Amino acid sequence: MKTIRDFEERLHVEIATGEIPGFTHLYAGQEAVAVGVCTHLDDSDYIVSTHRGHGHCIAKGCDVTGMMLEIYGRRDGLCRGKGGSMHIADAERGMLGANAIVGGGPPIAVGAAIACRNRGDGRVSVAFGGDGSSNQGTVFEAMNMAVVLKVPAIFVFEDNGYGEHTGAGYAVGSKDIAGRARGFGMPALKCDGSDFFSVYEAAGELIDRARRGEGPSALEATITRFYGHFEGDPQLYRAKDEVKRQRETLDCLKKFRERVATEKVIPPATFEEIDAEVLATIDAAVVAAKSAAPPSESDVATDVYVSY
Amino acid sequence: MSQKSFRDALNDALHLEMARDPSVIVLGEDVSGGAGGTSGQREASGGIFGVTKGLLPKFGEHRVIDTPISESAIVGAAGGAALAGLRPVAELMFADFVGVSMDQIFNQMAKFRYMFGGRMRCPAVVRLAMGAGMNMGAQHSQTIYPFLTAVPGLKVAVPSNAHDAKGLLIQAIRDDDPVMFFEHKALYPRKCEVPDEAYTIPFGEASLVREGGDVTVVAIGRMVVFAEKAVDAVAADGIRCDLIDPRTTSPLDEETILESLEASGRLVVIDESNPRCSVAADIAALAASKGFHSLKAPVVQVTAPHSPVPFARELERAYVPGPARIEAAIREVVK
Repeated sequence: MKTIRDFEERLHVEIATGEIPGFTHLYAGQEAVAVGVCTHLDDSDYIVSTHRGHGHCIAKGCDVTGMMLEIYGRRDGLCRGKGGSMHIADAERGMLGANAIVGGGPPIAVGAAIACRNRGDGRVSVAFGGDGSSNQGTVFEAMNMAVVLKVPAIFVFEDNGYGEHTGAGYAVGSKDIAGRARGFGMPALKCDGSDFFSVYEAAGELIDRARRGEGPSALEATITRFYGHFEGDPQLYRAKDEVKRQRETLDCLKKFRERVATEKVIPPATFEEIDAEVLATIDAAVVAAKSAAPPSESDVATDVYVSY
Repeated sequence: MSQKSFRDALNDALHLEMARDPSVIVLGEDVSGGAGGTSGQREASGGIFGVTKGLLPKFGEHRVIDTPISESAIVGAAGGAALAGLRPVAELMFADFVGVSMDQIFNQMAKFRYMFGGRMRCPAVVRLAMGAGMNMGAQHSQTIYPFLTAVPGLKVAVPSNAHDAKGLLIQAIRDDDPVMFFEHKALYPRKCEVPDEAYTIPFGEASLVREGGDVTVVAIGRMVVFAEKAVDAVAADGIRCDLIDPRTTSPLDEETILESLEASGRLVVIDESNPRCSVAADIAALAASKGFHSLKAPVVQVTAPHSPVPFARELERAYVPGPARIEAAIREVVK
């Protein structure tokens, strides 16, 4: 969670310099969801992600330097500079791609879940999406098909309060995403997305169920994002002190630290070590990305069939 | 070798590839049919055109998957299954239904390999039944391969006979890129000699259906059948044509077309699609840019009009380019 937070906070700073091309959507604030779910997965399980995908990539084990290089559009990035922030993927980690089309991922996750089911090896496929994607027809189709085919797919909806610049309270007609999933005939749980343990326990139950061959399910996590829809978003739709308040009360890192300190699970010194290690990792990734070689122009038409 | 219909040749290809490679799966609406019905007959359909018949009893429900009517989820699941190591063959029933699945075709499966830096492949096939001639109206009769031919990352096959259909489908299943496989509905019952064993036809290799030299005639899909009639009719008057069937529109065998054009200097292109941004227009542009010095006459394009496909028999007949229009075009280009 700390790696994701620092990765995103650092990107927020670096994007302001103008050095990073394109469009970036930060995941800061939502870390407990990606980590709470992906802690139950290994490299042979699959996930599909969203335009706000850095957290899912890191939680699934993608190399942080490879990601940073990709976001900078470098030749040696995870996708050789051809994907960018919104299309990071890593076959070796079962990460089937961040996806810039809201609702694009769940049908793909169902396909991966068919592969898992047919192999019969207990693997699962997780589709991350947001409150916005819960309104897309493609997601309805995917949920229904997952139930019909009884495949090990888990649909995780991160309700961060906004679909782009419009409140979920306005755009999600039923105000109840888990209820929608249940309407398709699958069990669905709700959890507090700012509490790692809440996510971890709910996700564990659903993922275990899928591994046992009992079919698809959904998880609705209520959460907030600490930044705008994309970097540069003036966030005129949010009350002035909203993010400040949320950082005080809904910070999953603070909550995690408080709980493990109270229960004396992890000593404070270990936290300091982790913090220092993460800081150094992110710093090294940024330094590497800044000095890395760009792709060569001759690569524009490689990795695609060309007949013209 | 035996006489087989286009439908049976495709069915043959699916049987052979599914038996050869356990990663091949078939999914779509009614690919077996009967699930949840009251008759208890499990394979009640075998595909609306019978192309997937017999697969379910042989390969079982995990590999022959009847889906809900959810084209986005069908194509998306094919893409995701392909990323996860399977070789899915999705059936979209009518090609017109790409409308409801377009995102999964052109934003997702077409782009995975490139967008992910060449580190993933998407070996999926989408089968699309296309074409006018059966009075199915504007939303069940289109030949929309030009749309998909324009999309980088996709390969597009448009077979014109049973022999090619089998070889191209086996190639499509073994290919590591997503392939859009167009089957003209009017061709399903047409028979020709088809080998019993598995064989592949490489993409981007046109077939020279007739050899002439006076005119280069390029036709796609069912138009090859009509062009054969037209070419044979003008041959009686001493006009000898090369009839080229590109077989795949992406990749396109430019070389065979340009070589023929170099000798003939005259080009007629026949495409059942609407004229703007059609494959006919694309091949005409090829002649203008790479074969200009060979041209002795303006290129003639024979296409459907710029209209939706009409319903009534008389109107649909007027819509589809037939042998008479093709013959007239050939005579015009040699004037």
